[in-house]
Amino acid sequence: MRKNRDEGRGAGGEGEGMGHDSQGSKGEEKLRAQHARVARPSSLAPRPSSLIGIAVLLALAIALPFMVSNYRVFQFNMVLVYAIVLLGLNILTGFNGQISLGHGAFYAIGAYVAAILMDHFGWPYWATLPVAGAVCFVFGFLFGLPALRLRGHYLALATFALAVAMPQLLKYKHVEQWTGGVQGIVIMKPDAPFGWKLTPDQWLYLFTLAVLVIMFALGWNLLRGRVGRAITAIRDHPMAAEAMGVNIALYKTTTFGVSALYTGVAGALGAIVVQFVAPDSFTSGLSINFLIGIVIGGVASISGAFYGALFIQFVPNFADEISKAAPWAIYGVFLLAFVYVMPTGVAGFVRLAWKRMRGGGKVKAELQRASH
Amino acid sequence: MEAFLHQVFSGLATGGIYASLALALVMIYQSTNHINFAQGEMAMFSTYLAWTMIDAGMAYWWAFVLTVAISFVVGVVIERVIIRPVENAPVLSVITVFVALLVIFNSVAGWIYTYTIKTFPSPFPERSLFGNSYISSHELGSIGVTLTVLVVLYLFFRFTPLGLAMRAAAQNATSSRLSGIRVGWMLALGWGLAAAVGAVAGMLIAPVVYLDPNMMSGVLLYAFAAALVGGIDSPLGAVLGGFLVGVLENLVGAYVVGTELKLTVALVLIIGVLVFRPTGLFGKVFITRV
Amino acid sequence: MRNQILLVAGLMVAVLCGTDALAQKKYGPGASDTEIKLGQTMPYSGPASAYGAIGKAEVAYFQMINDEGGINGRKINLISLDDAYSPPRAVEQVRKLVEEDQVLALFQNLGTPTNSAVHKYVNAKKVPHLFLATGATKWGDPENFPWTIGFQPAYQTEGQIYAKYILKNKPTAKIAVLYQNDDYGKDYLKGLKDGLGDKVSMIVAEASYEVTDPTVDSQIVTLKASGADTMFTIATPKFAAQSIRKVADIGWKPLHFVNNVASSVGAVLTPAGLDKSIGLITALYLKDPLDPKWDKDPGMMRWHAFMKKYMPEANVTDFNYVYGFGAAQLMTIVLKACGDDLSRENVMKQATNLKDVVLDVALPGVKYSSSPNDYFMVKQLQLARFDGKRWALFGDVLTK
Repeated sequence: MRKNRDEGRGAGGEGEGMGHDSQGSKGEEKLRAQHARVARPSSLAPRPSSLIGIAVLLALAIALPFMVSNYRVFQFNMVLVYAIVLLGLNILTGFNGQISLGHGAFYAIGAYVAAILMDHFGWPYWATLPVAGAVCFVFGFLFGLPALRLRGHYLALATFALAVAMPQLLKYKHVEQWTGGVQGIVIMKPDAPFGWKLTPDQWLYLFTLAVLVIMFALGWNLLRGRVGRAITAIRDHPMAAEAMGVNIALYKTTTFGVSALYTGVAGALGAIVVQFVAPDSFTSGLSINFLIGIVIGGVASISGAFYGALFIQFVPNFADEISKAAPWAIYGVFLLAFVYVMPTGVAGFVRLAWKRMRGGGKVKAELQRASH
Repeated sequence: MEAFLHQVFSGLATGGIYASLALALVMIYQSTNHINFAQGEMAMFSTYLAWTMIDAGMAYWWAFVLTVAISFVVGVVIERVIIRPVENAPVLSVITVFVALLVIFNSVAGWIYTYTIKTFPSPFPERSLFGNSYISSHELGSIGVTLTVLVVLYLFFRFTPLGLAMRAAAQNATSSRLSGIRVGWMLALGWGLAAAVGAVAGMLIAPVVYLDPNMMSGVLLYAFAAALVGGIDSPLGAVLGGFLVGVLENLVGAYVVGTELKLTVALVLIIGVLVFRPTGLFGKVFITRV
Repeated sequence: MRNQILLVAGLMVAVLCGTDALAQKKYGPGASDTEIKLGQTMPYSGPASAYGAIGKAEVAYFQMINDEGGINGRKINLISLDDAYSPPRAVEQVRKLVEEDQVLALFQNLGTPTNSAVHKYVNAKKVPHLFLATGATKWGDPENFPWTIGFQPAYQTEGQIYAKYILKNKPTAKIAVLYQNDDYGKDYLKGLKDGLGDKVSMIVAEASYEVTDPTVDSQIVTLKASGADTMFTIATPKFAAQSIRKVADIGWKPLHFVNNVASSVGAVLTPAGLDKSIGLITALYLKDPLDPKWDKDPGMMRWHAFMKKYMPEANVTDFNYVYGFGAAQLMTIVLKACGDDLSRENVMKQATNLKDVVLDVALPGVKYSSSPNDYFMVKQLQLARFDGKRWALFGDVLTK
């Protein structure tokens, strides 16, 4: 079951067009090796059965707010928001291979753009989303430029630094008149339009769901096409990709921008749902949570965003109910259990389980391959 | 001028704090190629162990030695039990395991010892050396201990067979295995050593920042930056990086942008350095053609 | 027992008939003949987790009340949840308390950002948001937020009291300020500046720190270099201890003020060094558990008995336990005053009509009063100077 360390490395190295002699790149090789296993572009191709599955899930998602209490609707609304973030982060980290420990910062920017537009300029909530996305795209793209020169742990540091610096920047005295400084900004919760008989929670949930469907459809389209192949090629074989004529610098920075765009839109939605933004809402822990979300959900997997979002929303509460004394210790144990039991994330686990249910000898082989 | 010197010395003193933890980070990186996010929390927990022993009446140095020894064993056990299953897992899974360790140590420490700050004794005299007001005896002593650890590690890796075997295992596992080195145990030893170095760091840091479960949350980022700016596989670089970060941060805060943004600006400077002067750690040529 | 059942039956009939005949027994959500449910969020994890001790003391206090038979025969059930000092998490937990657990009232939610996040929500839901564990000024706004009321003296009030003292006793002072870069630090600073009025230029240097900073040494060095002879530290316990120690270590001997939140002998001055703390000045409104003056004080004796029985493991020099005890006692007094009308409206009415309530752990002369137009319950504080062992009170109880 457990392979030797050197063999694992060897597997990581295969398919590398060039030798790496520095230590820093070994981790990345491993990263790439796993990506190659988890996400072949073929798994993103539409199948009739999966289309039906998606339709059923969507129907369930629409029905959900009418079956549970408003408080639960609020929680599931946050799940949807996180799912959009995780898809964005996955595009960057999972598909493109650039680690980010700083997506909480883009989430914060999106949230503040929405809050400032609504509070200072009286914009309607829905109109703030495109602006939040655009602003974050620009920030992400710009941040992607220095990120081009950084890799592995250095990129992790740079992005983490962004996450740590963000709360301080938000309360800096020269932007205080816009951001509300340490006091933050309180926003009004929107009511349902057209006189629909929905509670604000239900309406906001459905609104978020609609945005999510659009974002996921766009993301799925992006990733399965030519662009998606280029993005993953840069992750797996940068040299080969360049030889094929892929403009690596442009692709990487744009991917950074797109990833930030997703996160920014989610941040705006999150701000509207929570009705409040403050520097304390966007600590570096948030960014780490997002990264955990994609690992638990499944790296380089679109459906993984949902599993990851469910995890980061509900498992802390669950842990809190098990042990009042040390809830985060329980949370940590859950994290370990998930990583051990589902090394390819929940999405990978579900995929394998599904294949196994359908039986067949070739599945066995695949299972073995994936358990390495 | 006096104020400037004060800033520099206080920067060196805090830099010494970053350096000691950065050393532990480098230690584990050298033997496993991972940056252990839980290193700070492990060090914090070790310090609580020492505190428990001292509180029970044990002499400082006995507690010190025992804590380092226990931390070493715990480090080995953690590698064998918790890290081993993800030895070949992708880097993101390993990071997740580190985060899990971090929250577990933090939460358990808070549960056992509560979050109220505790004083941790310093082995160095209360009075500062030569009556100077720039740097306290403890800060000076800490820097001395950190440098000693650095020299010991250097000698260990350079001149002992075990040290050589550990380096070999980290650099080329296959060849090492072929020449009879038990690679798995070398990794565990690396964890043990890192935990021991971390324990020393924790016991040096705690008298300055006070002992509480969150005492490392602020230090870790700086140690991380120090280790990277100095060169992640170079212990000497990590120590120098620590001093550099400490002094830089103080001067930026005092003379350039004020305290509100000092961390931000210090980080931007560090990343700037890394962008324009990659430390040659990457064997790979950058592809930046447009 | 039989009578009780009859009474309940009678009540139900009354309610069903829609009469107010038995109005003296009224229940809002979370209240019944046997139980009163309260909710709170506390930073049991995260950067402010040292304050989690307050929540623990309060849960233990109500345990004591329940062991003594409860309030008017009803047991108090305080549901205390972790918000990790994060506003979004506070929103989630407060919604859980209000919508799922159906608490009668929220009690002592801690932190300004966390309470700001739910401020509008609880007022829209008309849930009593009582005795918040934060001293921001915005909790005293009955016109716009009638359901929210604070507990401790406003930070700004306290800042003004220091300013008053400086203007009177050291009119030529050059003041340096170290403050935490958040609402807490800035509120104090504002109070100090307001108190100084047109003499605000007495402040010659300000330096802030972040809770993520490992130390504040650099800031102290900067402040000393400004040539100030008076220092004001506005910090949480850990950083206040660092500040006091560093000021002494670099041989700076200013007249040093520390704010009330950072005045705990056990959690601040002992770690900083008691000899280095001599001469510090702070403003107090609660009794110091270390002060032998209160050894025979009936209030503090009750506190000590409570600590011994219900929190035997806890560090008795930690001010947070005194604070939690005081807040929980005030809550008990309000609930007692409610009698059998445990509707949310009545709870709020009782909480905002307190008159000269004296708490076991409050200093003599410090009284809790509120009215529907004035939500600032305590305006009195007394200055104290540290003599190397304990805070020695001096002067009169001051109001701003």
